Amino acid sequence: MSERETMEYDVIVVGAGPAGLSFAIRLKQLKPEVSVCVIEKASTIGAQILSGAVIEPQPLDALLPGWRDNPPPICVPAGEDEFWLLSKDSGRKLPVPPGMRNHGNFIVSLGAMCAWLAPQAEALGVDVFPGFAAADTIFNEDGSVAGVSIGDMGVAKDGSHKAGYAQGIDIKAKVTVLAEGARGSLTKQLIKRFKLDQGKDPQAYSIGIKELWQLPAGRATPGKIVHSFGWPADSHTYGGSFIYHLDGDRVALGYVSGLDYSDPDYKPWEAFQQWKNHPSLKPLLEGGEILSAGARAIVTGGYQSLPNVEMPGALLIGDTAGLLNVPKVKGTHQAIKSGMLAAEHLVANELKPAGFDAKLRASDVVAELKKVRNIKPAFKKGLWFGLLNAAWETALGGASPWTLKNKADWSSLHKLGAQEEPKRDYVQRTLPPRDRLAGVYFAATEHDEDQPIHLHVSDTSICVTTCAEEYGNPCTRFCPASVYEIVDDAAGKRLQINAANCVHCKTCDIKDPYQIINWVTPEGGSGPNYQNM
Amino acid sequence: MKILVGYKRVVDYNVRIQVKPDGSGVVTDGVKLSANPFDDIALEEALRLREKGVAEEVVVVGIGPADLTAHLRNGLAMGANRAIHVVTSDAVQPLTAARVFLKLIEKEQPGLFIVGKQAIDDDANQTGQMLAALWDRPQATFAGKVEIADGKATVTREVDAGLETIEVELPAVITTDLRLNEPRFIKLPDIMKAKAKPIDSIDFASLGVEAHDHLKTTHYAPPVKRGKGVMVKDAAELVAALKQKGLL
Repeated sequence: MSERETMEYDVIVVGAGPAGLSFAIRLKQLKPEVSVCVIEKASTIGAQILSGAVIEPQPLDALLPGWRDNPPPICVPAGEDEFWLLSKDSGRKLPVPPGMRNHGNFIVSLGAMCAWLAPQAEALGVDVFPGFAAADTIFNEDGSVAGVSIGDMGVAKDGSHKAGYAQGIDIKAKVTVLAEGARGSLTKQLIKRFKLDQGKDPQAYSIGIKELWQLPAGRATPGKIVHSFGWPADSHTYGGSFIYHLDGDRVALGYVSGLDYSDPDYKPWEAFQQWKNHPSLKPLLEGGEILSAGARAIVTGGYQSLPNVEMPGALLIGDTAGLLNVPKVKGTHQAIKSGMLAAEHLVANELKPAGFDAKLRASDVVAELKKVRNIKPAFKKGLWFGLLNAAWETALGGASPWTLKNKADWSSLHKLGAQEEPKRDYVQRTLPPRDRLAGVYFAATEHDEDQPIHLHVSDTSICVTTCAEEYGNPCTRFCPASVYEIVDDAAGKRLQINAANCVHCKTCDIKDPYQIINWVTPEGGSGPNYQNM
Repeated sequence: MKILVGYKRVVDYNVRIQVKPDGSGVVTDGVKLSANPFDDIALEEALRLREKGVAEEVVVVGIGPADLTAHLRNGLAMGANRAIHVVTSDAVQPLTAARVFLKLIEKEQPGLFIVGKQAIDDDANQTGQMLAALWDRPQATFAGKVEIADGKATVTREVDAGLETIEVELPAVITTDLRLNEPRFIKLPDIMKAKAKPIDSIDFASLGVEAHDHLKTTHYAPPVKRGKGVMVKDAAELVAALKQKGLL
């Protein structure tokens, strides 16, 4: 194979989300002569960003003073907050926990916000390249990170080169900044290689499934923010919902399931759809239309799971580092702050990552995580214990002398028959979409079918033998896009991977109980094309 | 020879088109825009002609608002030598586009004007034909194969009956069909090179083209949704159901 073409920058950022773009903007503000590029696997900026999202505006005020005069396209001041405990037929309104009081915050579409941030970065001289996926990390002779290689385009499913084949290039940089979001595929490799998680708890995740609805005129209350927990989750599954009322008669709604669930039969997508049919919500949606839909893993391990965020030649920021604040259900402010902090650190230290981990841990970014570190893990012991513990931890401001442990999500799955099946008090659904395939249509996900499958399963023989017996193939249930299917045809029973449906949520990579699924980037530009998510 | 390529920006083909609630148009806020796929094919063909030595210069031309430059840069990154941007914030109908292109042709004197057979937004399939008439030059539409030699283009057209091969004298207008070629991927270093390539901006008003709207849109509506299906037990029940609906 011919020598790969190379481009050089001072800094390369992987991922054009709030962390990566804020980092690049801050870097250029402080030191315009530094060359920086941001690569993004989505075909356009924001197309693969999925978040609630209610954001705290203070970091934006610090990054872009005056942004309020030129706000992102969807930006509704937070109004009334509500917090509900749901049972199957009704619900009870509870006092809003302090972390969920949103006065002064804004409801945004994070996708639209990133599409609004990117041109501001470009105006400062940042090169933003959507449609280019980082396939791999490259290393210097001394073992430090040297940059990334961009995936080839035009490779057929069997690995041969199609007519339009274009070899990817290598981008070399003094520093590589990973801003891939939760469970970044390069970050995962680097954490292993540099043992960044040594002495830390395993990282923990949830899956968030979201839809954006257009309602009949006059039904939405712009600014209203509703969170709920309880039904349809059983008391040992961490599940909660959000409803954010936007302008233009639109509402964003979603359901989050902790990926530490233990029942192998649990279906996060079904739980979301069940919740939509709750009597408190169904009348809001009936007669409306889905505009966009999708799913994304959320990083929830917090303080005790935070890896070392620096390594020779590279550093981690935002959700790929794991900075989301679970009780607040927010990560954007943390992403922006960590991005700014990383830029400030690099400028002050001649672009050397060393020392960034200490700087981040000494900052209010990690202080915020430390305060709430015991809240999410306690829900493992059941809903009521979790709530009481949350009240305790909140009252003490996180001053408890202990730190609860996180376990790896994949390890929490019980084997079939090992526990009593939780009673799933589900209803007959009437709201669309009917099934996951009907839902994935609203993600507008697109992958050229003739490309190598980007979900690497290292041993598919397990699927129809050990896994079928032990867990009953949970991949066919946890995937929100019906990517995994066990088919039984003339060729026998086997796993079929419908990779073209993939919405890049990374749940399979996290939850597969044998840890044999490896999510890698497909051809650049592939994947969901979310609108205003 | 110089080749002019009509290069329109449209709502991306992956986007689920949504009609605005008031029926005044389709939603374009926060929607991904990209090159009309048929225009990408036209540009690819022009670049291949240049690579074969048939043409020396490929110029992409676009009509649209100030931010259209980002789209034209993509054309430059694919390989066009330069771009012309006719700036207007108004929507442009096919006849107006053809008149604008004619003005550019008069100025640039190309040997070939190549453009997609239609744009996937309005699906009008008119601009190429109208341009040929205004220019008073031959047209070869729905091209599936193009060969150029001795001042003539031999074009295989995709027509209802199959394939039809015609010969036209240059200069001419060619409109491209789906199977003509597969456009190349844009490479990162070429995006950087494209930043240095020139884009000429021309104000629409300065061209003296009459911007008359010949077509008036009354309203937009999404297609009627398919009703819920009914399961029938057997053929007899099916026949009965069809009879009841008066279909048998």
